[in-house]
Amino acid sequence: MAFVRFMLDGQEYLAEEGAQLVAAAKDCGVYIPTLCNYPGVRPKGACRICTVLVNGIPHTACTTKVVEDMSVVTSTPELEAFRKSIVEILFAEGNHLCPICERSGNCELQALAYRYRMTVPQFPYLFPKRDVEAWHPKLIKDHNRCILCKRCIRGIFNEEGQAIFAFGKRGDRLIINIDPETSKDISDELAQQAMDICPVGAILRKGKGFDVPIGRRTYDQQPIGSEVAP
Amino acid sequence: MTRKIVIDPVTRVEGHGKVTIHLDAGGNVAQSRLHIVEFRGFERFVQGRPYWEAPVLVQRLCGICPVSHLLAAAKAMDVVVGAGTGDGLPPTAEKMRRLMHYGQIFQSHSLHFFYLASPDLLLGHESDPATRNVVGVALTHRELAVQAINMRKYGQEVIAATAGKKIHGTGAIPGGVNKCLTEAERDALLHGPAPLNADQMVTWAQGAVDFFKNYYRKNKEFVDGFSQFPSNHLSLVRADGGMDLYHGVLRGVDADGKRILDDVDPQDYLEHFREEVKPWSYMKFPYLRALGPEKGWYRVGPLARLNTAEFIPTPLAQAEFEEFKAVTRGKPNNMCLHTHWARLIEVLHAAESMRELLQDPDILGGELQVKGRRRAEGVGLLEAPRGTLFHHYRVGDDDLIEMANLIVSTTNNNEPMNRAVNCVARALLTGVKEITEGMLNAIEVAIRAYDPCLSCATHAYGQMPLDVTLLDAAGAVVSHRRKPGR
Repeated sequence: MAFVRFMLDGQEYLAEEGAQLVAAAKDCGVYIPTLCNYPGVRPKGACRICTVLVNGIPHTACTTKVVEDMSVVTSTPELEAFRKSIVEILFAEGNHLCPICERSGNCELQALAYRYRMTVPQFPYLFPKRDVEAWHPKLIKDHNRCILCKRCIRGIFNEEGQAIFAFGKRGDRLIINIDPETSKDISDELAQQAMDICPVGAILRKGKGFDVPIGRRTYDQQPIGSEVAP
Repeated sequence: MTRKIVIDPVTRVEGHGKVTIHLDAGGNVAQSRLHIVEFRGFERFVQGRPYWEAPVLVQRLCGICPVSHLLAAAKAMDVVVGAGTGDGLPPTAEKMRRLMHYGQIFQSHSLHFFYLASPDLLLGHESDPATRNVVGVALTHRELAVQAINMRKYGQEVIAATAGKKIHGTGAIPGGVNKCLTEAERDALLHGPAPLNADQMVTWAQGAVDFFKNYYRKNKEFVDGFSQFPSNHLSLVRADGGMDLYHGVLRGVDADGKRILDDVDPQDYLEHFREEVKPWSYMKFPYLRALGPEKGWYRVGPLARLNTAEFIPTPLAQAEFEEFKAVTRGKPNNMCLHTHWARLIEVLHAAESMRELLQDPDILGGELQVKGRRRAEGVGLLEAPRGTLFHHYRVGDDDLIEMANLIVSTTNNNEPMNRAVNCVARALLTGVKEITEGMLNAIEVAIRAYDPCLSCATHAYGQMPLDVTLLDAAGAVVSHRRKPGR
């Protein structure tokens, strides 16, 4: 195992050569926010919220590998404003009604909105008309809340190794659907994994709601990022 | 010259409403109406949502008694998930919900009596409107105001411990609850440092009832005579006739005490109730189907509950109940301002019930949720602070809500409130040349006795200024007075 030296926010660290920058920074106690990134799932760089400066040039940290002598800056006023804008865009673009969402308190998007002190988005709400897909016996896909991060497409597979989520439609009407064929016989465990992999409340297990009391939800305990950098 | 008086909006109530009073050429009240001028539409936008979201969604109707909606919707969804029709929950779940509900009754009634209604009683309904409010009460009756704040705080703490937070919690879920109390939470509520403990709340609640009785002794003629009219009364009661604010069967009595609705299962409510729509109000007019809209309207709320119940199952409240009933010799009480008395007896009952539940070990652990055979429809009723609350949902095979019907407490009181307005307007405004602010406030006093929640009832947001316009027969403004809202 080869290690490389790199600079992270002005300090020198060692990391495994080729390590994902998000993970390497976490090991060094530096938090880089993510949404579309999920441990164990091939990174995609879809949401751009993990954008950092690598040798002065913006890169998505989830798709960037650590190499010798690279210099990384994870936080500047511009980067923070950029990240806040992404969160605001995502809120404005969908229908995110936190007060009635099962994922509230466990939602990464909501947690990031708190982290960046979002009050009212600087962008106008689009209030898109979207459906709730409820035909599946175990899952509900609420398109109102989907941020198209593709974590479900990249991370949830049936026993035959087939993805159970897939893109549908195109352009600004792009949605993520449940595949009726590949999702037909999924287990309760896989349904739960599908719900858990979603950073927001777009994938729900049927009949399961609000069973974790307020106060015991993930971000009731500590704000997002504090598990890496308290 | 005929005249039209408009009180818009009515103040010290939840939500927006206005009153219009038409005077004929002789100065007599020709017509008076309470208009509800806001629309919310929760019944529509809960459609298409997963059924387990209903309790947390519909509770957003209100910030004063969201627990009532949370629980009524959860009760309806208990039926949907096959957890029975009110008797199928595990003891821990039912007791946690009851504790949450009594916390809600306690805080909401305290808020209403001390913050909204007491300025009229303590300072006089014709006193200076600039100080006829909770600040005026705090300045003149400091000890009472501090007590009121702490009573409300305690109720809110009970809600936070059971529902997860003070306003808009998630504690009640279809088929049960999502938490029980920890010993630390229980001990804080039961034996916490003064004044926030269960014993102090019982003592203060008893003091509140005594306070009203003392006021009554000094102002008997006014309290008895103000806006008195015969009506039917409706509420849930326990199967044995005892008061039960969380669950029971529907019972209705007429003005003489004769049963007009006897022990009806809430699931069958549609067989017995209808709602009438009138073009001048967003609020419907419910009535008993068997009696029709003319004779089938009824009152709900504290006064109605003390008229339908045969006893109250906690000792101190029962003693007060007996004294209350003695005033009308056991017959139904149709005196509007006695509603405050009834409300304070319920505050006492809620305080005793909370103490009892907090001493019950079941609230510290046990099964929290049950489910059984899924059903397509569910009805959930309970006695909210303002009266009987109906939630009815139909859920599709795909788990999405297809239909919702909410008949909230204030809607049930629509016709009685209109009658109350008419009653006071006729008594005070007939033949009067100059209409004072105090006279108009008296009309609001009658409405406030019902503790209406107009936001809930119509399913808006906004300020509550007082705007009174006096128009001549041609519609020209004779005088106009406006008090800006917050």
